[in-house]
Amino acid sequence: MSLQVNGQAVAMDANDPVMLIELLRNRLGLKATRLGCGLEQCGACMVLVDGEPVPSCGREAAAFAGRAVTTVEGISAGGLHPLQQALIDEQAGQCGFCLSGIMMSGLALLAANPDPSRAEIALALDRHLCRCGAQNRIIAAVERAASVLRGGGVHAAG
Amino acid sequence: MPPGDLPPSLAANPRLDRWIRFADRNVVIATGKVELGQGVLTALAQIAAEELDVPLARITMVSGDTDQGPNEGYTAGSQSVEASGGAIRLVAAEARGLLAAAAASRLGADVADLAVEDGAFTRDGRPTNLDYWSLAEMIDWSRAATGAAPVKGPGDYRFVGQSLPRLDLEAKVTGAPFIQDIAEPGMVFGWVMRPPRRGATLEGFDPASLGRFGDTIAWHRDGNVLALTARSEHALGLARNILRAQAIWAGGEAVPDQAGSPDWLMGQVVSDRVIETGEPPVAAGEPIVATYSRPFLAHGSIGLSCGLARLDAGHLTVFSHSQGVFPLRGAIARALRLDPATVSVMHRQGAGCYGHNGADDAAADAAFLALRHPGRLVRVEWTRDDELGFSPVGAAMAVRLQASLDAEGRPAGWTTEIWSPPHAARPGTNGNVNLQLAEALPDPPAAAPAADIPDAAGGGGIRNAAIPYAVPGQRIIHHLITAQPVRASSLRTLGAFANVFAIECFLDELAEAAGRDPLAYRLELIGDPRARAVIQAAARTAGWRSDAEAGTGRAQGIGFSRYKNRAAYCAVVAEVEVGEEVRLSGIWSAVDAGLVINPDGVRNQIEGGILQGASWTLKEQVRFAEGAIASRTWDDYPILRFSEVPPVTVELLNVTADRPLGVGEASQGPVAAAIGNAVARALGSRIRHLPLSRERIMASLLAD
Repeated sequence: MSLQVNGQAVAMDANDPVMLIELLRNRLGLKATRLGCGLEQCGACMVLVDGEPVPSCGREAAAFAGRAVTTVEGISAGGLHPLQQALIDEQAGQCGFCLSGIMMSGLALLAANPDPSRAEIALALDRHLCRCGAQNRIIAAVERAASVLRGGGVHAAG
Repeated sequence: MPPGDLPPSLAANPRLDRWIRFADRNVVIATGKVELGQGVLTALAQIAAEELDVPLARITMVSGDTDQGPNEGYTAGSQSVEASGGAIRLVAAEARGLLAAAAASRLGADVADLAVEDGAFTRDGRPTNLDYWSLAEMIDWSRAATGAAPVKGPGDYRFVGQSLPRLDLEAKVTGAPFIQDIAEPGMVFGWVMRPPRRGATLEGFDPASLGRFGDTIAWHRDGNVLALTARSEHALGLARNILRAQAIWAGGEAVPDQAGSPDWLMGQVVSDRVIETGEPPVAAGEPIVATYSRPFLAHGSIGLSCGLARLDAGHLTVFSHSQGVFPLRGAIARALRLDPATVSVMHRQGAGCYGHNGADDAAADAAFLALRHPGRLVRVEWTRDDELGFSPVGAAMAVRLQASLDAEGRPAGWTTEIWSPPHAARPGTNGNVNLQLAEALPDPPAAAPAADIPDAAGGGGIRNAAIPYAVPGQRIIHHLITAQPVRASSLRTLGAFANVFAIECFLDELAEAAGRDPLAYRLELIGDPRARAVIQAAARTAGWRSDAEAGTGRAQGIGFSRYKNRAAYCAVVAEVEVGEEVRLSGIWSAVDAGLVINPDGVRNQIEGGILQGASWTLKEQVRFAEGAIASRTWDDYPILRFSEVPPVTVELLNVTADRPLGVGEASQGPVAAAIGNAVARALGSRIRHLPLSRERIMASLLAD
């Protein structure tokens, strides 16, 4: 069996009990996905599976056979993604540990809703915990990325 | 500055080469302070770039390194820019002066005729072919700093005062800059089991229970330390679950379920100290008395505590996200009976850190296991259960306030009594090792009795206990709780959070008794123009309504403090809607942090402090059951979520004032008070105990 990780086929034994996050971090060296709780409660380890945000800490990699997994490394292969750039432009983060997972939910939101309201962004990110209190800047960064992706002008930083 | 009058960081580390080195057209600036997500390395690089006249890109920061950097103790207390920044400013200015003198001597010119652009000297505007790097080897950098080099004035600043982007953020949104990401082939994964109660004894453990792992897993026992090492993280996880179910512990100090409640705090054995002895005037009226409290709080970093260590030819190298690499080196050496000279500790960034969390303990765990696997890198990463169950917690506090009003309705006589365990149990504090691993080792190092942070360092439980208002006859009594079944230590703001919450809420109670508007009452009682300015600015931007009615379910509240009574001034107005729980609809803040190095960095810190403080205020409480911490998942220990975050406005005042004032801990106390006061107005009755949870709101509604 195999799964796609950032566009590359990764072969594995169907009986291998390794968790998806360990496959990504330890075997493939894709360290941008972060372990926060191991209980699917904080969102730090979120990845995209066929475009949907899914925590990678609580399920075995084999459960994702035939699916396409995308990590932060996969979205920035060709340079900074507009959402990454927006996070930098808004200085949206303090420690930054939560941002990898948040980017995944943000991308899924922007794919489904190119012009989300503040409340819609907050709702889409509600599974993610940020302990430093950077939530308002992160919401502003998603708004900025939405504007860039729509090809519109970028509103002034708050 | 006369010799002997150096800033403390520089006096303790006088050699210039401890702070600055020139190599490869870069300037390496070493600091003892570490990046915790607060942006300090960017601010310090800005200060160095300013005095050296080089672009920020030429500065390489080395941070928290016992081999290569200055010993500045802990990164704590909102002091990094004041302390390390102050030292770096003087060192960089002195380095520039020495290099300029060398250039002048080489050219037979006057120093006054030379200028610097990107580290290169020009003479009367023309290139000289001399730069910092070509001249650096002429200078003996082992000399002691004089602290006497002239520094730039604010009018000449090019980098200081600019909102330059954080140096570390791009790596954090693209890859793997955290300590948890360090790995190498052959690395060993380790875990140390914590006794379920302090002082518990390991009674039973059957090694055969790990038999099915073969040589994939090794176990290690030393006294009450029981630990595992594994070839893979997955095997370690499976074996850990077996150990947790299988190991039998006895005895130890059980924590009562009510630990942290006001009754529990006020019923403990205490050591009393009177700090202010003012006597209330005789003519004052009947006293008004109220008791406030906050429970034990968790750090709750999103990342997990992690440490790595390797023993090579008798030298132990430790990687840690500790806030104090030098004290940690000393504590590890003492606990493991090593010569400190054979231990190096290097800081690597972890997830946001808000005080003494599990970082030091994880490092000690890794060090213990590295001694059992010479030549191998050993990596210890805690679990969420370890993190919430065994990290030190922020100390609970009860604050009883008493004041009388004079004929004009002003407070006359004010007594503050504080009950709290110490806010300091970091490695090295009070001469103690303070590592969980050490407590469980056979023959652990002797521990001195618990003590709080000295008053000169801002105090622990008494931080911000002194009221900033003009009141005759102020008394402060500190009841230090000396028994410690719970491992309480430093959490961001230490005692200031509860003290400011209590004092500022009580001030509203006095205003109400006097029939005054809370804003007008504060301005009546405070003379410091910088304090008045932030209070007025916060009220103005919030659109303060002095005629608002109480009990309508929606209200604003205000809170103010000057952190540690000597750092940044911060006023906050919060607007709430109270139904069955509190909903924050907006927060406005004004801050005077003096000379601001990076305005956006300061805003980020204040915004973050406001939201973290709001989370503590509304939601957070460490809970106990069966003698130990029971809140061990995010379900049991909820924190503020995206959908609960209100818009936050921050206004900076007085940004070019004489010196920088720390901001990392300026906003948490005022925001708690602002929310507490807003909720009291919205409800028409006051809740004095944190958190202002749904249960407490419901109880208050039902009581009416």
